Amino acid sequence: MKQNSMLAMILAGGRGSRLHELTNKVAKPAVSYGGKYRIVDFPLSNCANSGIDVVGVLTQYESVLLNSYVAAGGRWGLDAKDSGVFVLPPREKADANLDVYRGTADAISQNIDFIDTYEPEYILILSGDHIYKMNYDKMLNYHKEQKADATIAVIEVPMKEASRFGIMNTDETGRIVEFEEKPAEPKSNLASMGIYIFNWKLLRKMLVADMKSTESHHDFGKDIIPGLLNDGKKLVAYKFKGYWKDVGTIDSLWEANMDLLDANNELDLGDPTWKIYTQDVTTLPHYVGENAEITRSYITQGCVIDGQVKNSVLFTGVKVGAGAKVIDSVLMPGVVVEDGATLNRVLVADNVTIGKGAVVGDAKSENIELVAKRVKGVE
Amino acid sequence: MASAFGIVNSSGNHIWVEGLQDHRPIGAFSFLGRYRVIDFPISNLSNSGIDRIQVYVRRKPRSITEHIGTGRHYNINSKRGRIQILFSEDQSENSIYNTDIAAFMENIESIEKMHEEYVVITPNYLIFTQDFSKLLDAHIESGADITLLYHSVDNAKDAFLNSDILNLNKQKGVLSIEKNRGTAKSRNIFLDTYVMKKDLFLQLIKNARNLSSMYTLAQIVNSACDELDIRGVAHRGYFAAITSLQNYYEANMSLIDYKNATALFNEEWPIYTRTNDSAPTQYIEGASVKHSVVSNGCIIEGTVENSIIGRACTIEKGAVVKNSVILPDTKIGKNSHIENFVVDKHTRIVHENQVIGNPEKAGYVTRGDRL
Repeated sequence: MKQNSMLAMILAGGRGSRLHELTNKVAKPAVSYGGKYRIVDFPLSNCANSGIDVVGVLTQYESVLLNSYVAAGGRWGLDAKDSGVFVLPPREKADANLDVYRGTADAISQNIDFIDTYEPEYILILSGDHIYKMNYDKMLNYHKEQKADATIAVIEVPMKEASRFGIMNTDETGRIVEFEEKPAEPKSNLASMGIYIFNWKLLRKMLVADMKSTESHHDFGKDIIPGLLNDGKKLVAYKFKGYWKDVGTIDSLWEANMDLLDANNELDLGDPTWKIYTQDVTTLPHYVGENAEITRSYITQGCVIDGQVKNSVLFTGVKVGAGAKVIDSVLMPGVVVEDGATLNRVLVADNVTIGKGAVVGDAKSENIELVAKRVKGVE
Repeated sequence: MASAFGIVNSSGNHIWVEGLQDHRPIGAFSFLGRYRVIDFPISNLSNSGIDRIQVYVRRKPRSITEHIGTGRHYNINSKRGRIQILFSEDQSENSIYNTDIAAFMENIESIEKMHEEYVVITPNYLIFTQDFSKLLDAHIESGADITLLYHSVDNAKDAFLNSDILNLNKQKGVLSIEKNRGTAKSRNIFLDTYVMKKDLFLQLIKNARNLSSMYTLAQIVNSACDELDIRGVAHRGYFAAITSLQNYYEANMSLIDYKNATALFNEEWPIYTRTNDSAPTQYIEGASVKHSVVSNGCIIEGTVENSIIGRACTIEKGAVVKNSVILPDTKIGKNSHIENFVVDKHTRIVHENQVIGNPEKAGYVTRGDRL
């Protein structure tokens, strides 16, 4: 079924270098989150749930895993006849040499041919590394109602943090009058979520011009949005209310996981009307042993727990041995905590083993410790 | 690529699991929280490289049809492979005429159309793993007409009373198939699993039809023991028969022990099931869970001991679940106490404080009930 006239492009090329070892081998959108998900599951599931049929995923940095992961569009239900997820790494073309994506806008420019084949009326630009649930169809309706040239989703952030974001200054009707990237003295607290809807014809024209410009950074925030404002185009802000997180650092990734421990957390992954879909893994349900003590935690299938788990998120296949203590921690898929080990305020990377009796992390630490290598046991 | 197609046979008229089977065939029973019983035979076939599979459904097809769907989740090649769900016209509950032979006869064209030389037939009510490609190799090598799979037990006096047994000679030749009447401890429980040539299978179906309208596949194979070379091959590993509410309960309980579970489940032999896309399980402050198996999508604030919790269940504050099997999407309300029970799907226990059964005879709360 043809659902709507909007095509989505997810920018998923970023490395996320502040996530350190977590993104040594995979791009940030492929980083695990929330027990069973990867970050890119959020925009993809949002697209599927919003009735978008065709999604392009623009990959660049360490894209092998990400490419194969998103190519299986069936995981998100994006596999009907006129539907699909297309992996779009930079490619050599008949009339152009192989070139990396020079910026967010350039990533789209280099795929104009792909987009043109679908003749979309609207194009939705998304970021592959944000955690949130959003109905893009509602945003499209707003865009149409406003007869806008472009609509940008914004979220209210605390004023004191506003200088960390791209800030939209709007008039009383919600029309954007000014865009400031990380302003020292913000005039508004409406932060851009990096979610844009454009009329495709207009954006196409802008991109073609942008590609030729030698001064451009080929970036939506730095070039395209200011350019549209200069041209007097109608840009409107679409206010989003709800959970939204850009997990740029180990601390914020840890925090985003911890947010799930509140029974009534805003993200509500259990909502049956807006499920987040992900890879289906073949494992047993989780096993809780005789000696286990689990409280205020988020635990997924394949885990085997015989120790104490408190205020923690355990991903697929994590094992916690007898007498081990896991407190205020995030354990990525395949982590093994051997008997008697103690973990406090740590984020343990995929498949890392913490040896018998080892002590990792500190209850009083200011920052969350990333454990990315095997920790030897204490005999 | 195996040279056999697979058949998942439905359980016979002599098996009836109180309560649960009122709502669906045994193959569609929820098992160990996230599985259904039929995941075992289909995964066994799929893992053995048999990806053309017929599933026979004698009655109440809705849940099994929904669960199997396209069969993609069983890792069956979507072009070369195929999973067919075949129904019997006669969907009457206990009709003596509603036999497996009647179902095969009705669908005989679909069987004739299969291009594979051999057929592996395995039932929908047993929990075990078996590499059928090895069984097929053994069958071909032995030159036997039919190979039957059995499991030797030493508790047949008081267990497996609804099962058939194989009487074998010293060379593992099958002398007869008969009911387990509980007269001896050591028996070879027949796993209702057959390997033979498709042509012989077709012949047996037709012979059975000519002899009696009540004949089952086991009966016609039994009657052929004198003329045909029928041999037994022993199965090893975990094995459970779901033939009564009590042994359904006990089979689930036996797998709470992680060591037992690893005897049935291993990474080289995945048991596939349909994903429900449920979120991980949320443990809330005050939860106490010990020696239990918990599926995804649950919210747990109460106490769970020695139990199996299906997908998307809620165990509220002060609730106690002990020695019980809780099927998916069930809510155990505040301060209620469930012990030694099988609680069927979509049930809400909100007004009763004590629902306590006997471990020797587990209780049953029906599907969608409110207590």
